[in-house]
Amino acid sequence: MNFSPQLEQRFAKMLESYPEGRKRSAVVPMLIYAQDETGAITEELIAEVAKRCEVAPLQVDEVVGYYSMLHRKPLGKYHVQVCTNISCMLVGGTELYEHAKKKLGIGHKQVTSDGQFSLEEVECMGACSWAPAVEINYDFHHHVTPERLDQLIEAVRKRS
Amino acid sequence: MPTKLYNEPSPLETRVLSKRFGLADSHTLDVYLANDGFKAFLKAHEMTPAQIIDEVKASALRGRGGAGFPTGLKWSFVPRTSPKPKYIVINADESEPGTCKDRLLMEYDPYQMIEGILIAGMAMDSHKGYLYIRGEYRYLLDHMDKVIAEAYSRGYLGKNIAGTGFDFDLYTHSGAGAYECGEETALLDSLEGKRGIPRMKPPFPAVAGAWASPTLLNNVETFSSIPVIIRDGGPAFAALGTPKNGGTRLVCISGHVNKPGVYELPLGFPMLKAIYEVAGGIPGGKKLKAVVPGGSSCPILKADECDIPMDYDTLAKIGSMLGSGGMVVLDETTDMVKFALRIMRFYAHESCGWCIPCREGTTWLRKILQRFDDGGGRHDDVALLGELSKNMLGRTFCALGDAAAMPTISIVDKFAADFEKRLAGSAKSQLVVV
Repeated sequence: MNFSPQLEQRFAKMLESYPEGRKRSAVVPMLIYAQDETGAITEELIAEVAKRCEVAPLQVDEVVGYYSMLHRKPLGKYHVQVCTNISCMLVGGTELYEHAKKKLGIGHKQVTSDGQFSLEEVECMGACSWAPAVEINYDFHHHVTPERLDQLIEAVRKRS
Repeated sequence: MPTKLYNEPSPLETRVLSKRFGLADSHTLDVYLANDGFKAFLKAHEMTPAQIIDEVKASALRGRGGAGFPTGLKWSFVPRTSPKPKYIVINADESEPGTCKDRLLMEYDPYQMIEGILIAGMAMDSHKGYLYIRGEYRYLLDHMDKVIAEAYSRGYLGKNIAGTGFDFDLYTHSGAGAYECGEETALLDSLEGKRGIPRMKPPFPAVAGAWASPTLLNNVETFSSIPVIIRDGGPAFAALGTPKNGGTRLVCISGHVNKPGVYELPLGFPMLKAIYEVAGGIPGGKKLKAVVPGGSSCPILKADECDIPMDYDTLAKIGSMLGSGGMVVLDETTDMVKFALRIMRFYAHESCGWCIPCREGTTWLRKILQRFDDGGGRHDDVALLGELSKNMLGRTFCALGDAAAMPTISIVDKFAADFEKRLAGSAKSQLVVV
């Protein structure tokens, strides 16, 4: 499997950053960066990461199930993550998540039929003092109201 | 436009770690150098490792990740003369609900943290560090990669740093979504490419940590506190706080307050003053109901318990913890059943499943609380929640089991009336004969 030149460069540097004989250490970061490019963690990707990190494919596979950001099925092009943990919940996070479900017409970890959006109710993502918070892909949005969420979603729709 | 995460300085704050926040390009080497940057590193270069550690001990700095362990003591556990390589691991897996401070330290003053890491490196004879950042903070991983590249190109990382002859390599390492990886031994397993499962202790990471080598693990804020300690001296830092609780810390105030934010306050700062003056009080003039003092795993405090100074020992005395600095304020309208349920949904989701009391306990607690919230509560549920939680305490490899049990015990104990009230209004509860 080949990745983009930028990612190949990143992986080359990554594998050198750990002590000799410890390439296995790159498994988690390699999976998440690769997933961003391939869209999901496939059997092929697992085999590729296993080869590069010099471990058995099973040792990569067992890691995939553990981390909540690693996905075996593709997410939407825009993955909307709404936090409902305590700090967000106290200032409208739960209502915001319910609004997002209605707006997108999908539920937790579901993808819209056109593949544009997916939704996830997430745990604390470290934006407690700027709650309620939403992360779309890797972009943080703070103090999000239902109206603001609508705007964010519409802006993304227009872009694609 | 990304939100500016720091507040306008408040006269009530003591800005030590956050003093450069707000300066233009505060994340760059030039701005750092123009504002006391790397003076501590050069000073530490003239000191012996034992003197560095003694200075940290004298500062009464305690770990800012949550456990509050004395930092100088932790540093002294790493066997400097071990023939194995020594590693430094920086815990930037900030995931404790209510906590959002390490983001600012990395975004606005990354060199302060790097300088702290380098000083630790000199004290431990360590030459390699790994900055473990949670996967959700991708923008910070990218940001830190750029900062680290600048530091290498300007000779502040790599070989012969700032002409001192000291070498140090620093790398970022991405997590991929797991609260458990904030626990130091689970973080090490994750760093080694495995599922983040806590390890049996001893051996402690200081002796056998990353790749079975001696490893120093500290939180971002702990490392960020080191430069000022070395530059101005441990006693000066200690004097900012209260005895055995040195310095200042970034307190993340969230929930029902008018001005939520991250504020730098000295240890021992009055909690009520933090809520009513620093954070501007409770919206709508509502009454205070409860406070989560330092992240969701800390036992909750009732309003009448909050007239206290915020230091580790005072919080311990009243049966809670100062934790990670995540202070969540709840007003009188808060539904404590829903609050307890949300906390338990979190812990049940995040339990790594390694220890049965945690895996099963959090799941059962979540189910009971969910049933209760759905209107199917039973009269003996309050006692059952308490008993189940108490059976988890101290019976797991790591602190996640305790972290789930402690808030639950305190909520059902201190807010039993809220549970009773919900029971009275529930039709199903009438059907249960106890």
